[in-house]
Amino acid sequence: MTTTAQNLDVLNPAPKPADYASDQDIRWCPGCGDYSILMQMKKVLAKLGVDRRKTVFVSGIGCSSRFPYYLDTYGFHSIHGRAPTIATGIKLANPELTVWVATGDGDGLSIGGNHFLHAIRRNVDIKIVMFNNRIYGLTKGQYSPTTEQGHMTKSSPLGAPDYPVRPISIAIGAEATFVARSVDVDVKHLEYVLERAAKHSGTAFVEIYQNCNIFNDGAYDYLTDKTRKPDTALYLEHGKPMIFGKNGSRGIRLDGWNPRIVATADTPAADLLVHDEKALEPSLAFMLSRMSHPDFPEPMGVFRDIDRPTYSTIVQSQIEESINKSGPGDLQALVTGEDTWTVD
Amino acid sequence: MGAVTTSVSDQTGGADSVRRRGAIELPSVTIRFAGDSGDGMQLAGTQFTDTSAIVGNDISTLPDFPAEIRAPAGTLAGVSGFQIHFSSNDIYTPGDDVDTLVAMNPAALRTNLKTVRNGGIVIVNEDAFTPGDIKKAGYTANPLEDASLARYRVIKVPVNKLNAAATKECGLGAKDADRCKNMFALGLVYWLYSRPLDTTLLYIKDKFGRKPAVARANELALKAGYAFGETTELFDESYQVPKAKLAPGTYRKVTGNEAVAIGMIAAAHLSGKKLVYCSYPITPASDILHALAAQKNHGVVTFQAEDEIAAVGAAIGASFAGALGVTGTSGPGLALKAEAIGLAVMTELPLVVVDVQRGGPSTGLPTKTEQADLFQAIHGRNGECPVAVIAAASPADCFNATIEAFTIATRYMTPVLLLTDGYIANGAEPWLVPDVSQLPPIVIHHPTASPDGKVFHPYERNTDGARPWAIPGTAGLEHRIGGLEKQDVTGNVSYDPANHERMIQLRNRKIADIQPAGADLIWTGPPNGELLLVGWGSTFGAIKAATLELRQQGINAAAAQIRYLNPLPKNLGDLLRRFKHVLVPEMNLGQFRSIIRSKYLVDAHGLNKVRGQPFTIREILRGAHAVLDGRLEALEYDFLAGPESADVMAGG
Repeated sequence: MTTTAQNLDVLNPAPKPADYASDQDIRWCPGCGDYSILMQMKKVLAKLGVDRRKTVFVSGIGCSSRFPYYLDTYGFHSIHGRAPTIATGIKLANPELTVWVATGDGDGLSIGGNHFLHAIRRNVDIKIVMFNNRIYGLTKGQYSPTTEQGHMTKSSPLGAPDYPVRPISIAIGAEATFVARSVDVDVKHLEYVLERAAKHSGTAFVEIYQNCNIFNDGAYDYLTDKTRKPDTALYLEHGKPMIFGKNGSRGIRLDGWNPRIVATADTPAADLLVHDEKALEPSLAFMLSRMSHPDFPEPMGVFRDIDRPTYSTIVQSQIEESINKSGPGDLQALVTGEDTWTVD
Repeated sequence: MGAVTTSVSDQTGGADSVRRRGAIELPSVTIRFAGDSGDGMQLAGTQFTDTSAIVGNDISTLPDFPAEIRAPAGTLAGVSGFQIHFSSNDIYTPGDDVDTLVAMNPAALRTNLKTVRNGGIVIVNEDAFTPGDIKKAGYTANPLEDASLARYRVIKVPVNKLNAAATKECGLGAKDADRCKNMFALGLVYWLYSRPLDTTLLYIKDKFGRKPAVARANELALKAGYAFGETTELFDESYQVPKAKLAPGTYRKVTGNEAVAIGMIAAAHLSGKKLVYCSYPITPASDILHALAAQKNHGVVTFQAEDEIAAVGAAIGASFAGALGVTGTSGPGLALKAEAIGLAVMTELPLVVVDVQRGGPSTGLPTKTEQADLFQAIHGRNGECPVAVIAAASPADCFNATIEAFTIATRYMTPVLLLTDGYIANGAEPWLVPDVSQLPPIVIHHPTASPDGKVFHPYERNTDGARPWAIPGTAGLEHRIGGLEKQDVTGNVSYDPANHERMIQLRNRKIADIQPAGADLIWTGPPNGELLLVGWGSTFGAIKAATLELRQQGINAAAAQIRYLNPLPKNLGDLLRRFKHVLVPEMNLGQFRSIIRSKYLVDAHGLNKVRGQPFTIREILRGAHAVLDGRLEALEYDFLAGPESADVMAGG
């Protein structure tokens, strides 16, 4: 696993999750999946002993984007879709800071789709956590870029005409160095995934399936219902064969370029697809991102976690290279330039 | 380019820059190089400018090029021009009338001839006057063979042939050899105006050092052009323009975009801060990005963003984290940044936004100049959203204006919009190089946690009305900001109606009470009188020159150049009322005039030009006389359509 040096809190060596809570009243709807995400985040920050003063949470607009207000770190609740740009600027100014972006499916993939793409392909050292509830919550229930086609909402009374986008496919298409998925109610798994993201150096993208109990309640029941979950979720583990179903009865194997569900009892273990989150070539991870309910179990966990120099590192090394080559910049020499003349 | 001194060698025909026997002395001259986009006219013009600056002339330039990189050869749309005014006096504009035009093809002749004064010299590349290109330029007959050029002294030079012969020994292909013909033309004009070749020879060596054959060919073409002027009898005389009597000191040439970039780096040094310049490529602002990207050894971070919004977003993020966050753009980009600038107003973070204005609306005239973003700069955001607005008056003034923008942004915790335009961004003038040790430091204070454990309030204001710039990494000052309305003092989210009104008033008052960090107004002439010309931005030179001319004519005129457009100079209303007439020349339909009329209830008249070209001095004089004579109807929109100012625009 690639690990990044954490900004450890020297003033508070054994922090508790509550130490990361701000004094603001939380204003999400009762029963919202966001509460769980906030709780697991605080647990992870406490577990890693993260230094609040060197941590910044940045968000755009939407329910998810209230996230920074509830954490006693530095926080910036910006404008719709633009959080990755603010976060990039923060890292350019001070690469030492740990920067998280809290976003949603509308904020991150619709109005902010461009910035999402470019932050990822630059490998800016930020962690992007996308709360995907497949609906616009704050504006009261319009369909979002991840809403299933045909879904009836206030703005699509006859069903959403758009084909939905898969956030992880986009992230992998942009060659994200860390990509993972979890779901709000699976608290242990969510905590694990957030911790992995926190330890990654470079852009870490985490999609969290999050239930909006007001405007899209039950969107993920297929995955969270205890009886259905074994058949609808595929928990990824690095180096392990892809097995799911009750008692591991089913698995995934490749059939040409396509994944196929097979019965493990009928399949030699060596034929099952083995997960490799370290694969530099992103095709396997992309294929996994295409597997979706109801045709396939949906992969959960870490899709990809590779090493690549971060944007700040590259930017900083160019500055150092330039100083090594030309010496530190001299303002008078710059102002004077090379061609001058003198008037007596 | 290597270091160049003013002492020039004598390697080419005794080319003493200042005195040549028999050369007629002129106080000032305007020349214009014009050709196809691919003919290297911008380079020829820049070289002539560098040389003239180094021999001690005052200079002012006007590059004038099309938006297309290579429009079809020989067409009117593809004509690229570069005008330079060089003088032994103080000058303020690139010149109203061209004394010598170099036209490399028929299209260049047709589009530029009207700028040439009667009796002016027109040097044409006669090899380019083929039937096809004559037709492409829209001529029905060869203008070199009929009476259409009778008003001018036409010098026909077979540039293609002479250049080919001069460069033959280098063994270049015909196409590469042909690319040296701008150097031939430049050499010829160097001879005509008694300029030395040294600066350009050094440039060639530096630029083409790795391609010896190309370097040699350019050098031979330049020298051949010079020798052609000297040995043929095409010209019955040659000229010289003595050194200008500028204030003592060391000078360099600078364009507005260069001065902005240098000013940004200076602001970083003066404040001890990291500069984070975030920008998306856009004409005519991209040269600022290029200039800064080349100065990374000053610790400069340049970020070429995915779009205009990302650029301003990253600049805001950089400011939040404690750097000097800045973005540069032109009008269409400023429109895209509007919402984010509002965020910086609400979060009260320092931010500098440079708008190099160009012709609009929409994509408009990307390579031409205009001043029509003033309303956008002052008002172009949702809500009551005041920002400081500063306008640079000339290429060199961009340096000071940029430092002032950072000084105000950091002192008042506010976005500052710095307006320049295509004319001063690309135009050049001499700049008295400042001693950087004499520049005032930009003092910035970042708070730290109070030792007595007092709660930190991110929106508690100081006497300037500014909130503290507490930066991430500071223990005990963790806080959250954002675009939702802030509660006074605490900065918590607040929807309280009275608080909202109070915050709007506080933000407004903070900007209204800004103390200028430099001259908010430049005055020319007496404090009261008959006519006050009021300008802002790049019209400064033409207005100043026109005002001096009016005074020579015995008219009691003065000029006020407004550098601070928001807040306006405190005494401006009083100054306006001391004159019988007020005239506001602007390259828009009267935006600033509208502001001063509404703010001061002064009956200001407008002189408005939106042709993508700067004002000539003569146009302003005509406007002034129209006002003085009570011929206000003459100021209507077709006022400028007189024969001496009508341009045959590219493609028209």
